[in-house]
Amino acid sequence: MESITVTFKLNGKTTAVAIEPLESLRTVLREHLHLHATKAGCGQGGCGSCTVLVNGEPVLSCLMLAALADGQEITTLEGIGTPQHMHPLQAAFFDRFAAQCGYCSPGMIMAAKALLDKNPHPNRAEIAEALAGNLCRCTGYVTILDAIEDVVTQMQEA
Amino acid sequence: MGVKQLGIVGQSVKRRDGIGHVTGQTQYVDDVFYTGMLWLKMVRSPISRGIIHGIDTSKAEAFPGVVTVVTAKDVPNNWYTILCLIGVEPNDEPVLAHEEVMYFGEPICAIVAETEAIAAEAAGLVKLDIEELPPVLDMEFAISPDAPAIKKWGNNTFMYDGYNHRKLRFGDFEKAIQQADHVIEGDYSLSPIEHAPIETHCCVVKPEPDGRLTVHSNTQALYFTMDNTAIILQVPSQRLHMIGGTVGGGFGGKVDVITEPITCIAAMKTGRPVKWRWTREEEMRKSSTRAGVKMHYTDGVMKDGRIIARKVRSLEDSGAYHRHSPYGVQKHMANLPGPYTIPNVWVDAYCVYTNRQPSSAMRGFGVTEATFAVECQMERIARTIGMDSWEIRLINAYRNGQMRPVRKVVEDATLIETIQAAAELIGYELPAHLKAMSSDDYAGNGGHHG
Repeated sequence: MESITVTFKLNGKTTAVAIEPLESLRTVLREHLHLHATKAGCGQGGCGSCTVLVNGEPVLSCLMLAALADGQEITTLEGIGTPQHMHPLQAAFFDRFAAQCGYCSPGMIMAAKALLDKNPHPNRAEIAEALAGNLCRCTGYVTILDAIEDVVTQMQEA
Repeated sequence: MGVKQLGIVGQSVKRRDGIGHVTGQTQYVDDVFYTGMLWLKMVRSPISRGIIHGIDTSKAEAFPGVVTVVTAKDVPNNWYTILCLIGVEPNDEPVLAHEEVMYFGEPICAIVAETEAIAAEAAGLVKLDIEELPPVLDMEFAISPDAPAIKKWGNNTFMYDGYNHRKLRFGDFEKAIQQADHVIEGDYSLSPIEHAPIETHCCVVKPEPDGRLTVHSNTQALYFTMDNTAIILQVPSQRLHMIGGTVGGGFGGKVDVITEPITCIAAMKTGRPVKWRWTREEEMRKSSTRAGVKMHYTDGVMKDGRIIARKVRSLEDSGAYHRHSPYGVQKHMANLPGPYTIPNVWVDAYCVYTNRQPSSAMRGFGVTEATFAVECQMERIARTIGMDSWEIRLINAYRNGQMRPVRKVVEDATLIETIQAAAELIGYELPAHLKAMSSDDYAGNGGHHG
């Protein structure tokens, strides 16, 4: 198959990339654009570790064709904070020990960001519902919910 | 000693790798890419048991983009030698199968290609001629005289010092069970459990100009992996530059040295970097699991709650090959009596082979399963004789100075104190005579002796 070029806004920067037509957004992010924060856990929409934001909505990037990202706005974990300037969710995950092996953390944080961008004051049940598609295997759910609740509290106090 | 004097104890310390994890900067093995890197896909057995008559790789080798196919002939020492250094022998598992297949998903040959998609497509072109044999899938059947022997040494169990099970004998069970006020039996079983790490198995190997191999692995046991890989490759271990340390979930599932040897061979054969990463399906269906276990307890108990005799028969399903199970059964045997002082103990623990995916290490394997059964059995005893759940455990808990069935004198017992602390934490008021017990109170468990 012939390569096609897609253009999207990636973490605020207009980006053009040549892809194979059937490549997933996850593959393009990780293997063409070398943004490795977005993880590959199952490749079949089951684990949530590849969650990115497309126009602010949480999307499983392993199931989205990269071609469909043309003209869209994509945000990955790299786009919301850095080790020097962490996003409040990243700082809270760090403070609360909400990342054990760390493999699910990028997807968890992006799913949480999508929730808080829409609903800054979710209760614990609403947070759990928003993260229902993200699996953690290191017994981290309680600390993950705690971390996100911390951010909700910070935003209420701010 | 006060907690303050211990320095860091009692303080919360931030994870060293935490900021990398939450910002996506931690490098996992699948994040390693090299220019010119090839991809590996495994051709696996489509059946649970059979004899290999032919492996035709010609179509796969001719497929555009395929660089090479790795078969058993390419493996210098075609045995997984995982626990040979601690006496788990004879070696029983080939790195790549060539004579027979013993479980669904067993590795047969590896396709190495320019892209992962090409490797996967070409894997489907390998023609396997395998004569199917009826699989042995049930442990009781496997150890019955009717079962075909699936292991070359003529039966379906690991052999411990000439016996088809690991024995533990202490005191005189047969005599003691006759003297017991109650005989209480219980059956306990666990299914196999998959570790299911979110990060699947992955290995990247780069051949270096000086003849060394740079090996990126998500193994939980880097030096163990280096030693075993060197034995399989028949190279000095100094030729292997192992890079590990970051594991996206392991739980014991990443200690089997399964990906590194074959990826190394593919890199040596092609002279190019190679990545082998498992699909979720491979991780769930082909990787090792915690063993399925079936345990039967027969306990002799006195009216006052003392357990005077305990007999356990346990079958642990090793699946098709050893991996870590013979060692797991050894630990299992030692823990089946539980942390209790019982003067007459009889344990028969079997490491059974079946044609299912191999079981291996997982979080306290052998011990966890025994603990589950022991504590269920303690509850059963308590309810049968009408005794409190706390009391039955405190009466029988081992004390310092007592001899355990494995012939080790208890030196550091804290079971009683732990149970007392647990009661306090949940606000349960233990009766005075149980509160007064201690691990140094030799007579506390009704005169049990070692």
